[in-house]
Amino acid sequence: MLERLFPRLQKNIDPMLMIFISSTLVVGLFTLYSASGRNIILVLNQLFYIGLGFILLWVTAGIHPKYYEKFALPIYIIGLLLLVGVMFFGQSSHGAKRWLNLGLFKMQPSEIMRIAVPIAMAWYLSKRENKRHAIDYVIASLFFILPVILIINQPDLGTGLLIAASGFYILFLAGLNWKFIVGGIVGLFSLTPIIWTHLHDYQKNRLLILLDSSQDPLGSGYHTIQSSIAMGSGGLIGKGWLNGTQGQLDFLPEQTTDFIFAVFSEEFGLLGNLLLLGLFAFIIGRSLVIASQAKNTFTRLLAANIGLTFFTYIFINIAMVSGIMPVVGVPLPLISFGGTSMTIILISFGILMSVHSHKELVGSS
Amino acid sequence: MSYSKNSQNIYKSRYLFKQRLAIITALISVAFLAIIGRFFYLQIFKYDFYKDLSENNRIVVIPNVPNRGLILDRNGIIMADNYFVYSLEITPSKVANLNKTINNLKPIVELSASDLKQFRKILKESSSLDSIPIKTRLSETESARFAANKLRFEGVEIRSRLFRRYPKGAFASHLVGHINRINEEDKEAIKKLGWQQNYKGTDSIGKLGIEKYYEAKLHGITGFQKVEIDANGNSVRILNSTPSIEGDTITLSIDSNLQEIAENAFNKYRGALVALNPKNGEVLAFVSRPNFDPNQFVGGIDVDEWKLLNESLDKPMLNRAINGLYPPGSTIKPFVALAALENDIRKPPFNIKDPGFFTLPNSGHTYKDWKPYGHGIVDMVMAITISCDTFFYGLGIELGINKLSEFLSRFGFGEATHIDMFGENAGLLPSPEWKQKRFKQPWYLGETVITSIGQGYMLVTPMQLAQAVATIANGGLTIQPRLIQSIKNSQTGKIETFKNKIIRELHFKPENLALVKEGMMNVTQPGGTAASIGAGAVYKMAAKTGTAQVVEMKRNQKYNPNRMNERHRDHALFIAYAPAEDPTIAIAIIVENGGHGGSTAGPIARKLMDYHLLKKIALSKEDNKAAPLESEHHD
Repeated sequence: MLERLFPRLQKNIDPMLMIFISSTLVVGLFTLYSASGRNIILVLNQLFYIGLGFILLWVTAGIHPKYYEKFALPIYIIGLLLLVGVMFFGQSSHGAKRWLNLGLFKMQPSEIMRIAVPIAMAWYLSKRENKRHAIDYVIASLFFILPVILIINQPDLGTGLLIAASGFYILFLAGLNWKFIVGGIVGLFSLTPIIWTHLHDYQKNRLLILLDSSQDPLGSGYHTIQSSIAMGSGGLIGKGWLNGTQGQLDFLPEQTTDFIFAVFSEEFGLLGNLLLLGLFAFIIGRSLVIASQAKNTFTRLLAANIGLTFFTYIFINIAMVSGIMPVVGVPLPLISFGGTSMTIILISFGILMSVHSHKELVGSS
Repeated sequence: MSYSKNSQNIYKSRYLFKQRLAIITALISVAFLAIIGRFFYLQIFKYDFYKDLSENNRIVVIPNVPNRGLILDRNGIIMADNYFVYSLEITPSKVANLNKTINNLKPIVELSASDLKQFRKILKESSSLDSIPIKTRLSETESARFAANKLRFEGVEIRSRLFRRYPKGAFASHLVGHINRINEEDKEAIKKLGWQQNYKGTDSIGKLGIEKYYEAKLHGITGFQKVEIDANGNSVRILNSTPSIEGDTITLSIDSNLQEIAENAFNKYRGALVALNPKNGEVLAFVSRPNFDPNQFVGGIDVDEWKLLNESLDKPMLNRAINGLYPPGSTIKPFVALAALENDIRKPPFNIKDPGFFTLPNSGHTYKDWKPYGHGIVDMVMAITISCDTFFYGLGIELGINKLSEFLSRFGFGEATHIDMFGENAGLLPSPEWKQKRFKQPWYLGETVITSIGQGYMLVTPMQLAQAVATIANGGLTIQPRLIQSIKNSQTGKIETFKNKIIRELHFKPENLALVKEGMMNVTQPGGTAASIGAGAVYKMAAKTGTAQVVEMKRNQKYNPNRMNERHRDHALFIAYAPAEDPTIAIAIIVENGGHGGSTAGPIARKLMDYHLLKKIALSKEDNKAAPLESEHHD
């Protein structure tokens, strides 16, 4: 029974990717234990979501990519409706309306959109593969622009920007003409003043603080200063696991979630950072290899997008923690505490593995 | 659509995809390199910097501010001590909206306009991380009310602070001095002295009087507590701690009873008094009137109150005992007499027949005696006793200004007494050189004439005058005057006392000194200028009265105190020592605009002597009877 089950279980799993992901998760759990002040309950909670995530990874890896293609639009539309629902019936916490209470459970529709948007765009652009006109890129853009506007309005700048980034990746990889790319960038810059006026005060503040964090050492700049101190004082080899004073004495904000990297960095130093960055690089690299081996446009775009989104999370989070980007609420994938984020990431790796394991079977329909 | 075209399309789109993926991979590599660069910057290049920051983040050093040392009088009566008060304090950096917070506080604690003004003033001078008192001396109900509402006020706390207290109020304020909040100037001074470490956490410093002069002794030694804190500033544990050592206790040489009698005796008059023990230099009473309440200054004085004190015509902040400059008037005569005797200009039984004026040889200029038709036959002793101006006019001319000036300088006139108090004035002892330098004019003989009776350029402080009297009383031995008797080291309990420091030994011929002393003794006897002051005393008091002109009279104008502006009336002076045979107290008194020395300044001296020698507290009514104004005349 077991001999028969095991090959079945691992049939669609990419072993290399799995090893890197698991190693990163182990690093994450140790870091979380330290960052939470040795809160084993929190670690077990995270472990539960990792378990759930692995099951979902296994399930999604087993689903043939054609089904993702088939259900791309319906999932996207449901997600969009839920987002609109948040606008009217959402629950507020910390001044932001992000949650929707569906009776049985609470959910963040923006998390669904993180997967639904790239799938829908990949679906649309691959469908128009051979007859694409400029207007197709505009339509594809609307797929991410609409939800991004809704999400930024919640307000959730971090998730909004990430979904926008993932939309850009798809457009770019799908072959968007350079003229449009340059035009788009120029256009974005000229829109900056308008966007600025629509930002919330705290968002403006964060951007301003980045320019000079010392201006307001106990206000908004506090996060950046404290995380820089944590990282810098870690030095080459770090202060040792459970010995980071910045983290242990609560100087770091959000130290189990958005700022967990500072805890890690303080305790394991530059060498630890390079090791973790290496693990991330392998995961990203493996994703891009899978994308380049994919057999059709849809899977190609989807796989590449998963790798790139993963990179974007990592980059934004680390850049924010080490003080080269403004503070936006973005978790460090596979490390930060948070059930939703963990399961969504593992699901996306499941989809990636599905693309990889079904590459020979995909027809060029 | 042909198969080949389709496959060509597929090939083309895959090629395009790989090209784009390559570009993105390059960008990702750049992004990773940027991050790694940042790691190197933070963790290698700036490692030391951030390591220090992290240490400081974690460990705060909290100073344990020492209790300030006590100031006691010679009998152990407390002149300055400390007490705990609860004050409501705001840390601006922890408060989102300061104005709103203050407004919300108003119904809970009573905040007066001056509280708020004081708060704003300190706020301007402090860092936003400091805890700034908005209301000191909280009442119990106010504390309770705030405690109940505490959660509404982040960054606002009740703290107990040690406050300086001067239980005697305005009494002896110029002597004891006061403390006040440390300002920029003080910070500079602290830095120069290298006291920064010891002044961490200290917010006040001695500004005046004993409080200032003995700051180093009174402050004590600050202890420190190294505490590991979390991000909210809550201490997690104490790493190590050294206790503070309280300031030393200073015992003044002042007898506060004597001081009180003296202060009360001044009544509404302005002026100063210094009483010392001629044998050891201990100052027994140190008065400058009017005075101020030093308690006003503790924790910072209100701007309006300060303006009132500072701009008052009465100059309550002027320490007249060491800074007030007055012409010595006739109180200089015993010293001038001794100068003539020591220089062999006069020798008993030399006498003159006083016509009531003196004519300067070769000029015909006349100088009037205070007594219109003169005193008749006057010898040296008599000249002092009745304060005969004419006798001294001639004596001065024969002695000459140079010898006179030199002799007076031996008593310390024209130089600071170096009493243990800052800001002492050196007074002015005129000489021809001084005049040439100051006015570019030669010295005139007429100026010698008036200098001989203590008018003209010469200026003394009450402190100098007291020291000079003490020197005569002590037979020509000048002991360094001082305000304190002992310092008790709070750490070892050892009491440091001071040896008498002889600063000058003036070897006067005993017969000369005896002559002057006899003249001074007779001053308080029937026929003397202060006969009423000595009336009924069981001990013998030697004294000299004096009057110093505030405005110059026209030659033919008659002095009439009742027709003059009160502030233009003469200053009254009085010097004395007792018991005459073996003096234990020497006094110099100046009563501003008090008129004649015997009438206003003299009774004060009598009260002091009575208390000091007989422990008798004279009732003011009886005293007034004993010194009827009419019986006195000008000197």
